[in-house]
Amino acid sequence: MKTESCTLLIIGAGPGGYVCGIRAGQLGLDTIVVEGDRPGGTCLNVGCIPSKALIHAADEFAKVSQFAGDNELGISTTAPRIDLARTLAWKDGIVKRLTGGVSSLLKKSGTRVVSGTARILDGKTVEVDTREGPRRISCEHLVIATGSKPLELPALPFRGPVISSTEALDLQELPKRLTVVGGGYIGLEIGTALAKLGAEVTVVEAADRILPQYDAELTKPVMARLAALGITLHLSARASGLTDEGRALTVESAEGRQEIAADKVLVTVGRAPVTRGFGLQDLGLTMNGEFLAIDDRCATSMRGVYAIGDVTGDPMLAHRAMAQGVIVAEHLAGQPALWDKRAIPAVCFTDPEIVTVGQLPGDAAADVQTAVFPFAANGRSLTVERSDGFVRILHAADTGLVLGIQAVGTGVSELAGEFALAIEMAATLTDIAETIHAHPTLSETVQETALKGLGRALHI
Amino acid sequence: MNILSVKLPDVGEGVTEAELAEWTVKVGDIVKEDDVIAAVMTDKATVEIPSLYDGRITWLAGEVGDVLAVGSELVRIETEAEAVAGDTPEPIAEPAPDPDPAPEPPSETAEAPAPAPRKPAPATPAQPGPPRAEGQAPLASPSVRARARQGGLDLRQVPGTGPAGRITHDDLDTLFDQPPRGRQPGAAAGRAKRSGTEEIKVIGMRRKIAERMALANQRIPHITVVEEVDVTALEDLRTRMNATRGDRPKLTVLPLVAAALARAVVDHPEMNAHYMDDEGHVLRHAGVHVGMATMTEAGLVVPVLRHVEALGLFEIAAEIARLSEAARAGKAGRDELTGSTITITSLGPLGALATTPIINHPEVAILGINKMATRPMWDGSQFVPRKMMNISASFDHRVIDGWDAAVFVQRMKTLLETPALIFVEA
Repeated sequence: MKTESCTLLIIGAGPGGYVCGIRAGQLGLDTIVVEGDRPGGTCLNVGCIPSKALIHAADEFAKVSQFAGDNELGISTTAPRIDLARTLAWKDGIVKRLTGGVSSLLKKSGTRVVSGTARILDGKTVEVDTREGPRRISCEHLVIATGSKPLELPALPFRGPVISSTEALDLQELPKRLTVVGGGYIGLEIGTALAKLGAEVTVVEAADRILPQYDAELTKPVMARLAALGITLHLSARASGLTDEGRALTVESAEGRQEIAADKVLVTVGRAPVTRGFGLQDLGLTMNGEFLAIDDRCATSMRGVYAIGDVTGDPMLAHRAMAQGVIVAEHLAGQPALWDKRAIPAVCFTDPEIVTVGQLPGDAAADVQTAVFPFAANGRSLTVERSDGFVRILHAADTGLVLGIQAVGTGVSELAGEFALAIEMAATLTDIAETIHAHPTLSETVQETALKGLGRALHI
Repeated sequence: MNILSVKLPDVGEGVTEAELAEWTVKVGDIVKEDDVIAAVMTDKATVEIPSLYDGRITWLAGEVGDVLAVGSELVRIETEAEAVAGDTPEPIAEPAPDPDPAPEPPSETAEAPAPAPRKPAPATPAQPGPPRAEGQAPLASPSVRARARQGGLDLRQVPGTGPAGRITHDDLDTLFDQPPRGRQPGAAAGRAKRSGTEEIKVIGMRRKIAERMALANQRIPHITVVEEVDVTALEDLRTRMNATRGDRPKLTVLPLVAAALARAVVDHPEMNAHYMDDEGHVLRHAGVHVGMATMTEAGLVVPVLRHVEALGLFEIAAEIARLSEAARAGKAGRDELTGSTITITSLGPLGALATTPIINHPEVAILGINKMATRPMWDGSQFVPRKMMNISASFDHRVIDGWDAAVFVQRMKTLLETPALIFVEA
C-alpha cells in the first residue's frame, strides 16, 4: 500500500475538526480531514441544527394552533395540520446546505477531505477505509476530533421503540405518546417540540428537578411552560426498562413502580466520547476520566497528537470545539495560540430559552453580588407576548467586575454573544450600564440589570 | 495683588552670569519668603536662590541649563507683599514656615447639599481592583491577551490600571516601551537586541568640566612623563608617623606627595606657574597652592590646598580631609575651589599603571599618582620585595621643555624615594 503524507491529519469533520481543517488550510498547512459520514458532525447532521429546525417548525405549528382558538391578537384561522415528512424534508434540506457549505469551505481553504473510517496505527500514521479501498496516510501532527455519541442505558438499549436524539430528529410519524428519559437540555428541547406538535409527552428525570446543572431560579420559567404545554414530569424517578410487550416504560420512584405507556421512548441521559474502536486506545494517551486529557494547546500526552471537542470533556458544545480547532491550527502554524477563554456560553433551547455564561450562583465566592431584572419590565417582551424570565448578572462586590451572566426567556439565546463578550472583555457593571442598548429590544434588560447592580435601575 | 520679580542676585565676586542648575519650583507653586526657588551655578560653586516674597510663582526665567545675567529676572511672584527695597533681602527670622503652604480649596464637606442618595451597593466599578490573588486569571480583553502572547509577555505579572484592575492596551504600551527587564520576547535571557538612545543634557557642573577640559586639551600641548618610584622608605616613614600620630588625622600618601611637590618646586619654580597664554606671559607663584582633583557625585572638582610650603604633614592631611569633605558635600566655597598653582590627581587604588593627566589650565604641570604595589625588584644580587608606585606627570610643552620635565620628575622620584630630603632645608 502506498503511504500518502500530510502535515496535519484530523480525524472527524465535526465542528471542531472542520474548523481546525479550514483554519489550518488558511494558514498553509498541508491538511487532511478524515470523515466517515457527511461533514459537520453531530452538530450539523443530528444535533444543533436539525433540532433547532424542528423546534422552529413546532413553534410555528403551536402558534397557528393557538390562533385557531380564542386569542388576544384577534387572529382567526382554522386548526392547522402538519405533514411531518415534509417538515423533515425541509430540515434535511437545511442540513444538506450546511454540510455542503462545510465541504466547499474546506475545499476553498485547500484542505483535503478523505471519506472513510480512520484507524490509528501509531501517533503519526492512520489507515482510512474508503469506498475505494484502504489508504495509509502519515502525518506530522494528528488531531483527534471524533466527538461523542448518545449515551445508552443498559436497561434501555437503542432499538425498537427506544430511540436516541438522532432518531428523534428523524421521526417520519409523530408518536402519540412520547416518554423522554433524562430531563437535560436535549431531552427537554426535543420533548417540548414534539409536545407542541401534538404528542403526549412525559419526562422522567432521576434528579429532583429538570436541567439539574442550573439553579432552580433559572429553570422555574421552563417548568411553568412545560406544565402549560401539558408535559408530565416524573422527578426523582428512574427508568428501569420496557414492559414485556414493549408498549410501556417501567419507572421506579419513591412512590414505587409504575408503568408509563409510550409509543416511543427517547433516551437522553448524556453523551459519551468516541474513543474506542479506531486504535486510539493503543496510543495509551493519558485520560481525564473517560475523556482525553489535554493541555492549554489541546495537546495530549503524546507529542504531535492533539484532541479537540467532545472527546476532551465537558462542556460538550460545538463552539468550544470550534475554538479549540482554531487554537490547534494556529499553534501548529507557529502562532502563539493557547486556550485562555474566560467563558464558554451555553444555550438551552427550551421554551423559554436559557443562557448561561461564566459563574453561576452555585460556584460564586463570598464577595459576589447578584443583580436580577425581569423581562416583565421590558417593553419588547410584552409585544411578543412572552414576559416570563429574567436577566441575572453576578458581579464582584468591590469592583463591579462581571463574573457571570445568565438569562431565561424567549429569544435570549441571541443575547449570549453580549454576555460572553462582557466576560471576555473583563467588563464591569458600569461598562454595560453605560453602553446604549437599543430600544425596544430584549437587550435593554441586560443594561437595566447592570444598572440595578449599581443601585440605579430606571425601569423598575 | 502685585506681581513682583526676584532677580538673579550677585552670587560671587566678579561673576556676571550664572547657569540655572535646578528649579525647585514650577509655575503655580506657592512659595514662602526664603523658600529656595532655584539653584544657579557659577564657575564651580552652586548657589541657592531664595524667594523674596510669599506668593504664587507665575513665571520662570528659563530652563535648567540656561545662562542668566546677574541682575536679570529669575522668577515672577504674584504676591500681596510690597517690593523689597535694596538688593539684599534681609531674611526675617520667623517661625518655620508651615509645611502646608497652599490655602486649601474648600473641602468637600463645605459643599452644600449632600449628594442625592447614591447606590446602596458598595460597588465602585471605576476603581482599580485590589491586586489579583494568586492563581486568578488576569483581567484583559482578548485583543490585549493576544497582543501579550505575541509579545511573549506573561499577563499574570502585569498590573492593570483599568476598571477592576483590567489590563489595557495602554498598560501594554507602557511595558513594551520600557527597556527589557529580564523579559525578552522569544529571546534567550540576556541576548536581546536593544535599541533607542537616551539623551543626557550636559549642564551645570558637567558643562563646566567639559569646557575646562576642552580648553586645556585644545590649548596645551601636553608632554607626559611616567616614572617608577620605590616608595618603601616613604611607606615606612608614613607607617611610623601614623603609629605615633595620637589624635591627629591619619596620614595618607597624598600629604607626603604634596609636601614633596612643594619641596621640588623650590628648585623648579617654572613648574609652580600659570601660563597666561592670552596675555603672553608666565606667572611664577611664590606660594604653592596645590589643587587636589577630587571626585564628587556631581563630577570632578579641584579644591585647593593653600600654602603647602608652610604646612606640616599633619596639617596638610587635616586640610585635605576638610576640603574633600566640603567638596563632596557640595559645600566648598568659591575661594576653596580656585587659585591652585599646581595640581595633584590621584585615583587611589584605581590608580592604574600610568595615566595621562590633563593640566588644570592655566597651570603648567600636573602630577598623577598611580597605584602602589609590592613588586620584586633586583637589588644587584637578588630579587627583593619593594613597594613600588608610578607617577605620571604632564607638562605644558609650550613653556616646559622635555628635558626640564624629565629633570623635575627625577627630582620628585628622588624626594619620594628618600623622604628625608623633603624636610632638608633647601
